[in-house]
Amino acid sequence: MKYLLMIYENEKAAEALSEADVQRVMGEYGTFEEAIRQSGHFISGEELEPTAAATTVRIRDGKRLTTDGPFAETREQLGGFFLVEARDLDEAIGIASRIPSARSGSIEVRPVREFAMPQD
Amino acid sequence: MMDTPSILERAHREDYGRIVATLIRVLDGDFSAAEEVVQDAFAAALNQWPREGVPREPAGWLMRVARNKAVDRMRRSARLEARVGELEAVAPSVDDAGWQTLPDDSLRLLFTCCHPALSPEAQVALALRCLCGLTTEQIARAFLVSPATLAQRLVRAQRKIRTARIPYIIPEPEALAERTEGVLHTLYLVFSEGYAATDGPALLRVDLCEEALRLARLARSLLPGDAEVASLRALMLLHHSRRRARVAADGGLVLLDRQDRSLWDGAQRDEGLAELGAALAMGARGPYTVQAAIAALHAQAPRAEDTDWAQIAALYARLVVLTPGPVVALNHAAAVAMARGPEHGLALVDDLEASGRLADYHLLPAARADLLRRLGRKDEAVSAYRRALAMVRTAPERRFLEARLRELLAE
Repeated sequence: MKYLLMIYENEKAAEALSEADVQRVMGEYGTFEEAIRQSGHFISGEELEPTAAATTVRIRDGKRLTTDGPFAETREQLGGFFLVEARDLDEAIGIASRIPSARSGSIEVRPVREFAMPQD
Repeated sequence: MMDTPSILERAHREDYGRIVATLIRVLDGDFSAAEEVVQDAFAAALNQWPREGVPREPAGWLMRVARNKAVDRMRRSARLEARVGELEAVAPSVDDAGWQTLPDDSLRLLFTCCHPALSPEAQVALALRCLCGLTTEQIARAFLVSPATLAQRLVRAQRKIRTARIPYIIPEPEALAERTEGVLHTLYLVFSEGYAATDGPALLRVDLCEEALRLARLARSLLPGDAEVASLRALMLLHHSRRRARVAADGGLVLLDRQDRSLWDGAQRDEGLAELGAALAMGARGPYTVQAAIAALHAQAPRAEDTDWAQIAALYARLVVLTPGPVVALNHAAAVAMARGPEHGLALVDDLEASGRLADYHLLPAARADLLRRLGRKDEAVSAYRRALAMVRTAPERRFLEARLRELLAE
């Protein structure tokens, strides 16, 4: 079963990190990603640009509305994700808890909807 | 000879949980399907037993019928057809007496109901429903929510178990301690809700305490080597043994120092003390152990004035370290007041009040009022009682505070 692990962090705090800290965290992410590739859990994963680069689009009454910024202002912002294959929620939680940002931010674990074959 | 309804009721109390636990596994983690087939089996019994006689092994009969209903269900589903053979192996039910569930099934169910990915309210509701066999209406009544709200809570939890794929397993050894802690917290929530209802007309909801005790006994039998499980069970037994003395004839609260100790349930207290002994022998030192030890010291005092307050104050000091929180701190202050004098307790209460952490908690001004009364500072005590009365939420506690205030004004 696929799970999307969404990494939420306070962007301001992340921006305030020293160069050495940034290098350290990058190294930790490299090690983590390599580990879940080796174990066969990794499907994909990306880091996102900060919400300052975000644009939100809506269509209302057939008209496109484009606005600056993220969909919602929150204390922690979506900063990246991993899409993983896991046996069950316990395994997905185990992987999520090893993401380096779990120590400073929060990881939301969301199952990817499976469309079952029609039965009977 | 018992009649069919009471035999069925007893089977429901004692066997519902383990029959459901086995069927959930066989039905591939489908909680609602398992509940349905087990309920169908009970309905069939209600219909057949009065006519055909009660079977020699009621639980075995119920399991066999539920199993057959599960087989019918699985045959209708292509996905589960392949598992029918597995079901045959799990419950080869030619002979009702030969059937038994694996204790592992009940343990799986306990851990799944108390999975941290479910909200605490959902965990409590699922445990009472699946393990204790309480109906949605009974649980809703106990928690003072509408049956519709509770039914929705259960449906959501079962849907999450399915869609997020919460596994129906006993956690891996490395996760077992953490997960057991979660289970104990859920049982503690059930007990606390029954013991000191946070809202409503009655102070105690004995039913919930009894269900929590049943769950604790189950957890204890399933995890016999876990010291904290034994501690929690000891804590529940020791508190529950005072139930008859804790509520006055008019429904009002009776505090420990005024309780008629002859009303305490001696057998239950002794069982609690024995459980605490077992926990300590296993090396228990956690928060439930400390709380049970405090309850044990109260239980062992023949009269209120015999209470070993110095030791209780020391245990509360330990509890403040283990589980820091304003309520524990308030209890610590009260124990210090008893051990060393009200002025020492008042100093601790003042610190708490200054911290602002208990701004809307009626027991803070109530504790303050009591200490001021004992120090002879009557006017301050009266105004503290009035502040407590402005915040109190349950009717019996309100009556208690009003009675204390009346006593003070009459002095």
